[in-house]
Amino acid sequence: MALKIGAGDVSHIHDHAKETYPEECAGVLVGMDSGGTKVIVDVWRADNTFEEGERSHRFLIEPLKIKEFEEKARERDLDILGFYHSHPDHPAEPSEYDRDHAWPYYSYIIASVSRENVEDMRSWVLRDDRSGYDEETIVG
Amino acid sequence: MPNVRIPTPLRQYVGGNAEVVVQGGTAGDALGDLVQQHPDLKQHLYTGDGKLRSFVNVYKGDEDIRYLDGQNTEVAENDELSIIPSIAGGSCR
Repeated sequence: MALKIGAGDVSHIHDHAKETYPEECAGVLVGMDSGGTKVIVDVWRADNTFEEGERSHRFLIEPLKIKEFEEKARERDLDILGFYHSHPDHPAEPSEYDRDHAWPYYSYIIASVSRENVEDMRSWVLRDDRSGYDEETIVG
Repeated sequence: MPNVRIPTPLRQYVGGNAEVVVQGGTAGDALGDLVQQHPDLKQHLYTGDGKLRSFVNVYKGDEDIRYLDGQNTEVAENDELSIIPSIAGGSCR
């Protein structure tokens, strides 16, 4: 499956990653699954509520916040199709920790960010058997 | 009868539906009915010993049933239960 995301939404993710550096940022990808392509219509910032001091390499979005995002998406006939987060000074590839906490189906966009810039951005989908990830093509 | 809201990753196991109507007077009974209707869902919600997986949260309205009465939380005819994923991750350092 491919992930279609507009330039404005990509900028939003890059800006968020740079603002929270050296901590990880996190947010929600909402849109429509058009059978073969996930079309992202909007991206929403979420607070990284992992315990302080650990946020440079960990993120958490509280379940109640996820529920609020789901309701907000539903009001617009959209669904949560995935999430984004940043890896400060680390490649845009999922870690073992990411895999332990991931769900199938969702797109997980990871932005690799340095002090100066967003160096790379890739999207990943967990395999159904949780054995690893497949990279998803990002189209504009 | 109560409804259960299904998050996008689990809809493939319930015929693509966002909501499933269930029977049962408690959260445990309602979820039991849900997995009886859609057995493929069971392994994604429960561990081998029958406990809810740690990254699976069930809400009645805006409250996590873990902080109500767990599986014994009462569910009325018009209540909505929501299965909400925990979302976490991070780089490997």
